[in-house]
Amino acid sequence: MAVAMIFLPLLLAGLAALLPSGRIRPWILPLAGLGQAGFLTAALLDPALEGIELLPGASTLFRLDAPGRLTLLVITGLFLVCSFYAAGYLQHRKERPNRVFVVGLLGFLAGSTAVCWTRNLGLAWVAIEATTLATAPLIYFNHSKRSIEATWKFLLVGSVGIALALLGTFFLAYSALRPGLVASLDLDTLLAQAPDLSKPWLHAAFILVLVGYGTKMGLAPMHTWKPDAYGEAPGVVGAIFAGGVTSMAFLAFLRFYSVVAAAGETAFASRLLVPMGLLSMAVAALFMIGQQDFKRMLAYSSVEHMGILMIGLGIGGPALFGTMLHLVTNGATKGVLFLSAGNIHRSYGSKTTDKVRGALRRIPLSASLFLAAFLAITGSPPFAPFVSEFAILNGAFEAGRFATAGAFLLFLFVVFVGMGRTVLKVVLGRAPEREPTAEPGAPPLHGEGFWTAAPILLLMALVLFLGLAVPSPLADLVSDSVAAIGGPR
Amino acid sequence: MNDLLNALLVVVMILNLFALGTSRINTVIRIAAIQGALLAVVPILLHRSLPGAALLAAGTAIVLKGLAIPAIMRRSLRSAQIKREIEPFVGFLPSILLGALATALALAFSGRLVLEGGQAGTLIVPTSIATILVGFIILTTRYKALVQVIGYLILENGIFVFGMLLVEALPLVVEMGVLLDLFVGVFVISIITNHINEAFSSMDTRRLVSLKE
Repeated sequence: MAVAMIFLPLLLAGLAALLPSGRIRPWILPLAGLGQAGFLTAALLDPALEGIELLPGASTLFRLDAPGRLTLLVITGLFLVCSFYAAGYLQHRKERPNRVFVVGLLGFLAGSTAVCWTRNLGLAWVAIEATTLATAPLIYFNHSKRSIEATWKFLLVGSVGIALALLGTFFLAYSALRPGLVASLDLDTLLAQAPDLSKPWLHAAFILVLVGYGTKMGLAPMHTWKPDAYGEAPGVVGAIFAGGVTSMAFLAFLRFYSVVAAAGETAFASRLLVPMGLLSMAVAALFMIGQQDFKRMLAYSSVEHMGILMIGLGIGGPALFGTMLHLVTNGATKGVLFLSAGNIHRSYGSKTTDKVRGALRRIPLSASLFLAAFLAITGSPPFAPFVSEFAILNGAFEAGRFATAGAFLLFLFVVFVGMGRTVLKVVLGRAPEREPTAEPGAPPLHGEGFWTAAPILLLMALVLFLGLAVPSPLADLVSDSVAAIGGPR
Repeated sequence: MNDLLNALLVVVMILNLFALGTSRINTVIRIAAIQGALLAVVPILLHRSLPGAALLAAGTAIVLKGLAIPAIMRRSLRSAQIKREIEPFVGFLPSILLGALATALALAFSGRLVLEGGQAGTLIVPTSIATILVGFIILTTRYKALVQVIGYLILENGIFVFGMLLVEALPLVVEMGVLLDLFVGVFVISIITNHINEAFSSMDTRRLVSLKE
């Protein structure tokens, strides 16, 4: 099953690379999304399927545990929605060749699926680095000077960051290089012998991996590439990054966290994670105040929510349920935000609030969705992120972390005000007269079509539904994930 | 056997300093390639009888790091037609001194680490740390995009040195995956550096400043 799920997108990527027609090619994306969703459903319904493998030895490398299942659910679901949107989007952008774009998206899908399945931390690293390379051309889609700069920063900062994660991965294997232990990167082997691992090397590994995968997640102060990349990339790429790439990097980090937790070192982890999470929230809040560029604002929102995940993980125990649930709610809501922001961007040919005003009049559906998703992501009831953020806050109080909880609330408030000002400027007011785009050769202005609106609406409905009731299979999956990383049942 | 290993690792550390002190981009590309290939040979020299998988990994590393990657970078350099001098932000002599300091610190620091297993007497850990630090120095003190990529390659060489301690722990698929990622990475990055060169008429990363708050 793992092999099938990893190779289906790769096969379709090969097909997309060979297909000469730029009009048909984008529809391979929904095909991949539907195929993956089908495979995932089969894997979720029948865990015994894991045993059947096409490659010898694959069963020790690939096994879908609860956190992997949860993350794969987020990534597959988000990709499915984005794939239809991307197909619609690429119809609007016929002036740009889309071969590399489609292949890059499918490459990301294959890589992130491998990260969710694999039990080997080294292989997880290889797959994450592969997604870094597959997603770089996505940022460069517009081939402008600004997008080159963003791609360069992403590649350089991302590659160096992830190189540190590889060193951390090696350090973890080295911590098991003692008499009586098996030096390995296999997660199950490491978990079994966690209490006997060499503590100094385990600590060093954890710090390096936090910096490394933290760069990929976009935690402050390693977030510098993020506003540039999210700002210059098409909206659908932003959605894939903010909901997919970050979730995948979080899962990879979670694997290390689970080893550290199994070694009885949660106090050590907490001392690092909570300050780092609060710093990310603070930096994000600071840069969101007075932010003119609404796509960069969304990038900072992503930094903030990665910070929230780290705080939840750092508090541990009672906050873990909310943290794992937040992975789902953040992913879905970020999808709505970036996709609707992409529609608004395309309708105005600009993404700054001095030109974009009155979106509710010009492009009502996308603007309403943007506004609703803003309310959702800042933690307003009745949307899903409210449930998960409230659960984390509750956990903080239960764990007696009153200072952390206070700072958490303060930053949420500042973000709400800062983000709200920009969002309201975008959606309210009088729309400027339609003017021909200033630059010759700039993409033509488009509003929303069926395929660029319906997927967002569906995703927003999900965000609302999860806010009203978390269905029990999902709640069970979240609980299982918490148990898998050493939390309470 | 440790004497041979240590001698090779000393050569690796000396290559670090050469990379810091050279002004020609072509030479630095060659230094990084020699360093990478040398490191790939080490496991073959150390263990007389290697399993086929390890031989395969070493062979791939030699071909990719010693031949393919430098070839890509030289091509990128040719097509860019830029001045083939490195214009450093920190001069060559201060860079060498910085690199020497980093090496000394790595040696002193490793002496205090709790090392496990039979490798305690070797220079693997200090060489690894020193090479990683030198990679960072090149990444942060050189302006040209292509030279920053070499900094990344040297950084990766440093991590590869540490990997020598973990021969049993790394399955072949991981070793090959890391190498493949490195190769594709350099390939993608050199395409982007060429686009930087076309769009900005320079590979100077100081020109990439339009995105900021």
